[in-house]
Amino acid sequence: MSHDSSPSPPEVPDRRPLIAFTWLWVGAPLAYGLYELVRKATQLFTG
Amino acid sequence: MSPPVAPPGWSRWLVPPAALSVHLSIGQAYAWSVFKPPLESALGLSGTQSALPFQLGIVMLGLSAAFGGTLVERNGPRWAMTVALVCFSSGFLLSALGAAVEQYWLIVLGYGFVGGIGLGIGYISPVSTLIKWFPDRPGMATGIAIMGFGGGALIASPWSAQMLESFGTDSSGIALAFLVHGLAYAVFMLLGVLLVRVPRPKERADGTAAPLEGVQVSARDALRTPQFWLLWVVLCMNVTAGIGILEKAAPMITDFFADTSTPVSVTAAAGFVALLSAANMAGRIGWSSTSDLIGRKNIYRVYLGVGALMYALIALFGDSSKPLFVLCALVVLSFYGGGFATIPAYLKDLFGTYQVGAIHGRLLTAWSTAGVLGPLIVNWIADRQEEAGRHGSALYGTSFVIMIGLLVVGFVANELVRPVHPRHHRPTPEAPKEAADVPRQQPESA
Repeated sequence: MSHDSSPSPPEVPDRRPLIAFTWLWVGAPLAYGLYELVRKATQLFTG
Repeated sequence: MSPPVAPPGWSRWLVPPAALSVHLSIGQAYAWSVFKPPLESALGLSGTQSALPFQLGIVMLGLSAAFGGTLVERNGPRWAMTVALVCFSSGFLLSALGAAVEQYWLIVLGYGFVGGIGLGIGYISPVSTLIKWFPDRPGMATGIAIMGFGGGALIASPWSAQMLESFGTDSSGIALAFLVHGLAYAVFMLLGVLLVRVPRPKERADGTAAPLEGVQVSARDALRTPQFWLLWVVLCMNVTAGIGILEKAAPMITDFFADTSTPVSVTAAAGFVALLSAANMAGRIGWSSTSDLIGRKNIYRVYLGVGALMYALIALFGDSSKPLFVLCALVVLSFYGGGFATIPAYLKDLFGTYQVGAIHGRLLTAWSTAGVLGPLIVNWIADRQEEAGRHGSALYGTSFVIMIGLLVVGFVANELVRPVHPRHHRPTPEAPKEAADVPRQQPESA
């Protein structure tokens, strides 16, 4: 019976929480800007 | 400062938010008009004076992007984003001091000069890094960042207005608003500084860094190629055409339908301007991503050729159909945004990734030129037509013919773009200088 002596590859951290946080960081203000934009743009059809 | 290299397992999807945190911040520049009326009443300024901080900011954007590009390439995106953060934020802080002590020149120096350097360095800071992370989709990657510059004004405009409403529009209220802007943008941009990483360079078997693949041209050599100046013309013509509508959008739609049974109210005209901003933003990400599929040369054929057609439709039938007028204007503005967002990928196709950020910075002088040219043409002609007793859509007919002509010039310039001659290519260890006559990989879009 032989043991695998090769070193196991370094564990790569899960980046998904960081990706979600960073996209939320930039996405939230952008969503606010878009919401305000849509509110103003509808004036073309209602104003 | 050496560029921060990504550790193993770093996701490339962390790089667009880093770029967006910078571009969404510096895009605030296009919402400067919110501060104009309060500044005029609080400090007794004229309209021209209150516009000066913005105008100087745009001039500094062009200059710092053109002359700072090589530094950005040398020191990397984290250095560039730090410079952008410090300059843009301290520009607001200086302006806060200026408003508090009622010293107008401090606002010009702060927002215009210091903040303007932040605009230019910040604008080009992520371009080269994004292209390196997304070699398969450079148009989409730079489209995301440059869309952020358009989005910045959408956020800042209502946000700044609400802040002035809360703090008041006297000098201390404006000072407080500037202070909050400076601090909030510093925190927001910090994400980009902390997050940005350059991809790990490919390594040879002996552990040394492998040279970049494909055509690579330095920023210095790029200026000596006809391709750079042809793209300069392409960008300048496309931007001029977009600004031609953007500059006078509200009065234009009002004038076009003033003598019809369905005149456009001031409120509806403001809605039209907002819709144009949405088209501008959507074009940046949409058309730039499309360029990854159909090629850069083809997408500029669309921007310039179909753009000219849209102008012709507005000139011929615009005053007879409001939906047609609105639709054509939206398409032109989406091409305007798309033109901005696609140009870094076009430069990458032609000159490689070696100094694409610096080359992009130099090309932005076309934007500065168009920023003067576009409003000048439309305003000057509209004023002359008004003096001649014309009104309604007749005020803009000549401008539209000129815009069509400019777009045709841009179209021809785009057709003349060919792969860069091998004598401008950067020699690599595999291909020493004396062997540089051998043609290498040709750009796919040229």
